[in-house]
Amino acid sequence: MTIMLDATANAGGAIGAGLAAVGAGIGIGQIGKGAVEAIARQPEVSNDIRGNMILTAALVEGAALFAIIVGFLAMVLK
Amino acid sequence: MSSKFHHGEETYHNYMMLTDEKIEELKLDPSKYNAQDIVAIDDKGAIDESVKVYDISITRNVIQMFIALALFTWIMLRIAKKYKNGHGVVSAPKGSQGLLEPVITFVRDEVAKPNLGRLSDRYLPFLLTIFFFILINNIFGLIPGSANVTGNIAFTVILGIIAFVVIIFSADSHYWLHIINPPGVPLGVKFILVPVEIISVFIKPFALIIRLFANMVAGHIIIICLISLIFIFANLSTYAGWGTAPFSIAFTIFIYLIEVLVAFLQAFIFTMLTAVFIGQAVEGKLHQHHQEHEDSMLA
Repeated sequence: MTIMLDATANAGGAIGAGLAAVGAGIGIGQIGKGAVEAIARQPEVSNDIRGNMILTAALVEGAALFAIIVGFLAMVLK
Repeated sequence: MSSKFHHGEETYHNYMMLTDEKIEELKLDPSKYNAQDIVAIDDKGAIDESVKVYDISITRNVIQMFIALALFTWIMLRIAKKYKNGHGVVSAPKGSQGLLEPVITFVRDEVAKPNLGRLSDRYLPFLLTIFFFILINNIFGLIPGSANVTGNIAFTVILGIIAFVVIIFSADSHYWLHIINPPGVPLGVKFILVPVEIISVFIKPFALIIRLFANMVAGHIIIICLISLIFIFANLSTYAGWGTAPFSIAFTIFIYLIEVLVAFLQAFIFTMLTAVFIGQAVEGKLHQHHQEHEDSMLA
């Protein structure tokens, strides 16, 4: 029984981290899409847009990394 | 000095270092005692539970922080002396001034001024110190064989606590009143919004901590896993190991370059978000000053 519980904890942690990676991919992809479209409309402000894009991408990635840390903790803690 | 313990073979002044053999010998509880813990013992050699030992040994992380601190202080003092002697004030900056002046100007104009306005000079030393300290420790952590200081939760927790203390001490009653009683919000929404606002006072530094920690740890774990793939395949067969090596190393170099970018980016993000949070806390003082100016202009 404890072996099943251990395996479930590992599987749960891994699935959670994988879903977080999917979420980060979708989120940052949308940020990139919005940024590239905005640059296409107005190329002269591309520097400002690039700065905002990188800032927002780092924030979204922070949220995804929360979930990865929690997944890792689920695997390691008893 | 932990060298007096001679790796657990001798006791020193009523203290003893535990090793794996001792834990088995004395039948200690493995979940409470780990190897290399220092415990206090009484005259008969049994473990004295009432004395608490605080282990402040100089570890690899501490040495790396000292080296980063020494390097940082040396560079900055040299550049400050150059500016004091007049180089780069009315003439073009040269050498290491040219390296750091754009960075410092960037932090002042893009990070501090938009968020803090006229109070940016008060917080600029703090923001610059955070930025450069995190950046130097991130870059050192990428050198193989060094300690991953920013990937250590203890380091990032202390940085987060310092940022939290700065935010709390620079907030005035305007900030707290806006948290307890947000203006322009209907009563029903207030019941949900006020607990969320109160929790977010603590969640914001917590997010800073976890973001920096997780980014650095994730980068290092990816590099370790990619290199370990070579050895995992080598266990199956030597040729599989040799075959995996070029791809693994190519990927590792790619991830390494991304990690350098992430090092700069995470230092910048930490500083930018700290500036934003301090700006939110200081808004009352900025607006009050504007109001006073307006009144005097009307009169």
